[in-house]
Amino acid sequence: MARKLLLENINVPGVKSFNVYRANGGYRSVEKALKTMSPDDVMEEVKKSGLRGRGGAGFPTGMKWSFLDRKSDKPRYLVCNADESEPGTFKDRFLMEYIPHLLIEGLIVSSYSLGSNTTYIYIRGEYRWIVDILENAIAEAKHNGFLGKNILGSGYDLEIYVQPGGGAYICGEETALIESLEGKRGNPRMKPPFPAISGLYNCPTVVNNVETLATVVPIINMGGDEYAKIGVGRSTGTKLISACGHMNKPGVYEIELGLPVDEFLNSDEYCGGIRAGHTLKAVVPGGSSVPILPAELFYKTKEGVARLMSYESLSEGGFASGSMLGSGGFIAMDETTCIVRNLWNFTRFYHHESCGQCSPCREGTGWMEKVLHRLEHGHGSMSDIDLLVDIAKKIEGNTICPLGDAAAWPVASHIRHFREEFEYHVKFPEKVAHSPFAHSVDYKRELNTVLQ
Amino acid sequence: MGTVQSEIKFSEEKLKKAQEIISRYPESRQKSALLPILHLAQREFDGWLSVPVMDYVATLLNIKPIEVYEVATFYTMFNLKPVGKCLIEFCRTGPCMHNRADQIIEYTEKKLGIKVGETTTDNKFSLKAVECLGACGYAPMAQIGKFYYEHLTEEKMDKIIARLGQEDFNPDNKYEI
Repeated sequence: MARKLLLENINVPGVKSFNVYRANGGYRSVEKALKTMSPDDVMEEVKKSGLRGRGGAGFPTGMKWSFLDRKSDKPRYLVCNADESEPGTFKDRFLMEYIPHLLIEGLIVSSYSLGSNTTYIYIRGEYRWIVDILENAIAEAKHNGFLGKNILGSGYDLEIYVQPGGGAYICGEETALIESLEGKRGNPRMKPPFPAISGLYNCPTVVNNVETLATVVPIINMGGDEYAKIGVGRSTGTKLISACGHMNKPGVYEIELGLPVDEFLNSDEYCGGIRAGHTLKAVVPGGSSVPILPAELFYKTKEGVARLMSYESLSEGGFASGSMLGSGGFIAMDETTCIVRNLWNFTRFYHHESCGQCSPCREGTGWMEKVLHRLEHGHGSMSDIDLLVDIAKKIEGNTICPLGDAAAWPVASHIRHFREEFEYHVKFPEKVAHSPFAHSVDYKRELNTVLQ
Repeated sequence: MGTVQSEIKFSEEKLKKAQEIISRYPESRQKSALLPILHLAQREFDGWLSVPVMDYVATLLNIKPIEVYEVATFYTMFNLKPVGKCLIEFCRTGPCMHNRADQIIEYTEKKLGIKVGETTTDNKFSLKAVECLGACGYAPMAQIGKFYYEHLTEEKMDKIIARLGQEDFNPDNKYEI
């Protein structure tokens, strides 16, 4: 049985309530931090832990905290990014829904370290029932003296508020999130200045993901050095992985980073393998924006080394033959999946969610969607395949925020690894026009027949 | 449920809630309350935001109406035209598509006799297709009111439509199907 740090008490009946959570060791990190540690001590422990942001980018959390402008006279803010919207990613929802006090506890300790007296949880608006759960947890924590004025007699004051978004994926990008929290359209800001210098209301601000902030709790409880012993290399600690697609046991799992991908996908403790009678075709290991991996490159790197669930191992080979751990949104696809349709679907998502601020993203995502629509429906040409690659190249790196990259990477990687399947759509239009999935099993055989 | 919004004013209870929301932000930063108050207004005024409703929200927050319009039109959760009493929002992205979301949507369209984006003539149901709702492990799914309905099948949709089509449907209730 793997070690659990975040979901240790997930099966304790009633752990959603303050009393049960507290009776099972909850809020110890707040007591430890506020009574025995300075704000800088807390940050040092987070640095020692090697914790990397769990929202997708994987930037070292302690380092991000150290960028906060502490000399400014302005208020400082911590904003919890709970705007989970990347297809394949539903881990933060699980954590907030079933163990909300873990997040509140992490927020208190982190806010203390950063010197924030007002902290906002920006949550995707669709999670309406979770807003109630969080607000209830906040009220319980306040009632028991862990929020409000002079927490535990430490002299430290903190209020936490929940802010629902309005259904825009782009608001997961930290500067768009800040704009949205200020009551505006979610248009990302140019950087610099970075939020650590000028964020919410032009004040120093740190934006961290839900899982990142929850992870501060075990780090403070066990110490940064002990936490860093878990995992592999620079991928320290545990990580929540949300697994979905064509597997026997989709769900949210906490793994120790460094777990072999084979064990994660195929063991009964985790995903339980691909559904009966089918074989793995491809995996998107870290949310829809990260490059897709065909089965052979998922299990082993190009050099034949067994792949691990870690930041480094999944990105081994760069984008040519690797991918990213990203948000931990793990999507497995079996041989019935039409790769062209999958890409069309993903690209439609990015087109829909583009804020429209940058021309390459606004126009390019729509253009790619149109090309993919005609390929998927049997009206495409061979030149369309290269056109897609070309458009993706022109979007990547040419936008204010990473949504352009997020839209471009799946296009480049789907075509890189499954070009034959795109060609099949051109050569056999009658087979794809009316049966979006049924053709995918035999496409290789039929394509080979034609090519010979 | 209807399309005429004669009196645009929050109830006492909702007004108190709106004021509590505004108090969460620093002085002169009341515009931050815009999204939560638009959600509140949408729920209060028949599930959609008319121009008079948006103007009312602008007055409450002491901002210009255009500042409300530009936000309301940016975010997909705000309905800018009337919707049926029961709004079914299907996720159709990636993992939901892999698990038959397209077929479930098509089945529901046929059953209700409307397409996505339309409302039944009796104003009971509206259908909407949305992008990822963060329920990928429990696909296919739809959001109805405050809650998610997951692992959908054709049979389950029959039950949902039968139950939620009843007069006592309340979008803030979770119905066991």
